[in-house]
Amino acid sequence: MYFESLAAVWHMDGHGFYVWLAYALTALPLVLMVWLPVKRMRQQWRWLQAEQRRSGAATAAQTPAMESDL
Amino acid sequence: MWTFIHKLGSPPWFFGFSGTLVRWLLPITVTLLLVGAIWGLLVAPPDFRQGNSYRIIYIHVPAAVVALAGYYVMAFAGAVSLIWRIKMADVTMRAAAPVGAVLTAIALVTGAIWGKPTWGTWWVWDARITSMLILLFLYLGVVALFEAYENKTAAARACAVLSLVGMVNIPIIYKSVDWWYSLHQPASIKFTGESAIDSSMLYPLLLMIVAFYCLFTVTLLLNMRAELVWTHRESGWLKQLVGGS
Amino acid sequence: MTSPADVANPLLFFFMVITLFPLGLGPDPARLATLAPGVLWVVALLASLMVSAKLFASDFEDGSLEQLALAPYPLAVTALAEVSAHWLATGFLLALVSPIFGVMLGLPEEGLLTLLVSLLLGTVCLTLIGALGSALTVNIRRGGLLLSLLIIPLNVPVLIFGTTAVREAVLGGNPESWLALLGGLALGSVVVVPLAIGAALRVSLDS
Repeated sequence: MYFESLAAVWHMDGHGFYVWLAYALTALPLVLMVWLPVKRMRQQWRWLQAEQRRSGAATAAQTPAMESDL
Repeated sequence: MWTFIHKLGSPPWFFGFSGTLVRWLLPITVTLLLVGAIWGLLVAPPDFRQGNSYRIIYIHVPAAVVALAGYYVMAFAGAVSLIWRIKMADVTMRAAAPVGAVLTAIALVTGAIWGKPTWGTWWVWDARITSMLILLFLYLGVVALFEAYENKTAAARACAVLSLVGMVNIPIIYKSVDWWYSLHQPASIKFTGESAIDSSMLYPLLLMIVAFYCLFTVTLLLNMRAELVWTHRESGWLKQLVGGS
Repeated sequence: MTSPADVANPLLFFFMVITLFPLGLGPDPARLATLAPGVLWVVALLASLMVSAKLFASDFEDGSLEQLALAPYPLAVTALAEVSAHWLATGFLLALVSPIFGVMLGLPEEGLLTLLVSLLLGTVCLTLIGALGSALTVNIRRGGLLLSLLIIPLNVPVLIFGTTAVREAVLGGNPESWLALLGGLALGSVVVVPLAIGAALRVSLDS
């Protein structure tokens, strides 16, 4: 640990604003870059599950014999 | 090795494999990023000339390095897609472009923030920053071209051609910008001699570069998986996976 | 494509934009002279960008491009022939008349020949890259802005080598090495870019 106190970490001899701004502006897109595709996939997954349940219920109601093929 | 590459081309196999890989790589990446950031921000000593502002290079340099490498990944995937017509290569290229563009933008923004305390202005037409700006345009061109085509197979092939030409051009662009800068270098912001970097500063930098490579891989895989789920929603293997979950 | 208007338009564009610079910057000859190499080259780049947008458009619309794709020659060779004709009507002429505009902007006499030669070599690259952009976007509606996004970053080395050559000549330095670099770039482009244009035309025809 180079710094002596939390205040020194925050201030960084006058460069604190730039350093923390740079790290914050990097962290935000990085988190989004991981989170957005995960969210997109989860949504699609749930949509597909619902779709399957719907179509499964529909085919089961119409032709119960077909179910063994699945 | 060849069978492994062959397997990578098969969407169901890739989907399973990438799922396992992401489950391991994501926690590793987060750990590396946190350790590297804390090391660079809190543990490493300040630079004797730039003071504490140099700590920005722990994100600026890795972002720039991986952004450039990302273009080569994209162009390589483009070449594979053009030559062997492998669908997975299209998906890779499609996923790499926005990730690379974001990393390039991060490198530009952090470079500008670093420039303010170091050079006294937010923006300097420095060789490295200018090259990054042109790289950003190259990425945006690929992204925009892909979006402009309605037929996505044609879009992937058009982007493959463009990114291959870009890949050939990148070394020339970097070299020419380098010469251009050394000819016009204003005396006031001359930054002479890169002093040998001390190992106490170098190790966290190397760690962050590795972490950013891992992050690139993870986000690439996540984007590819999301893309695969959508494009293969009618396929039997995916229906089975969805039904089983 | 070689109607008189198509030949005259880029030259007129060049002329008009050159006129804008003294109006925007002030008539001071010394200042204009220092800016002239960059201004002339940037305007030449924009002129080539403007004309390349329509390079393959008419051939694509009337179906003659499809005919060419069916011909027994590789599409790259056909593309090279097409681009050569286009260059003779635009880039070549632009380079030939550029010393006149150089004089108007107060470019010192030492730089005029270098300007001519650098534009002769440079427009070869600009036209080829422009043709690639045109081939990639010919089947896209409203591809104009997209075209400039694709082309401008690829043209950066040409612009740097060209302006540096002219500036070196003006300063009494040695422009040959920069002209040689431009020549190498032009030669490399003639070999490589037509292949990419051929591939891009196929994509546009298939989509």
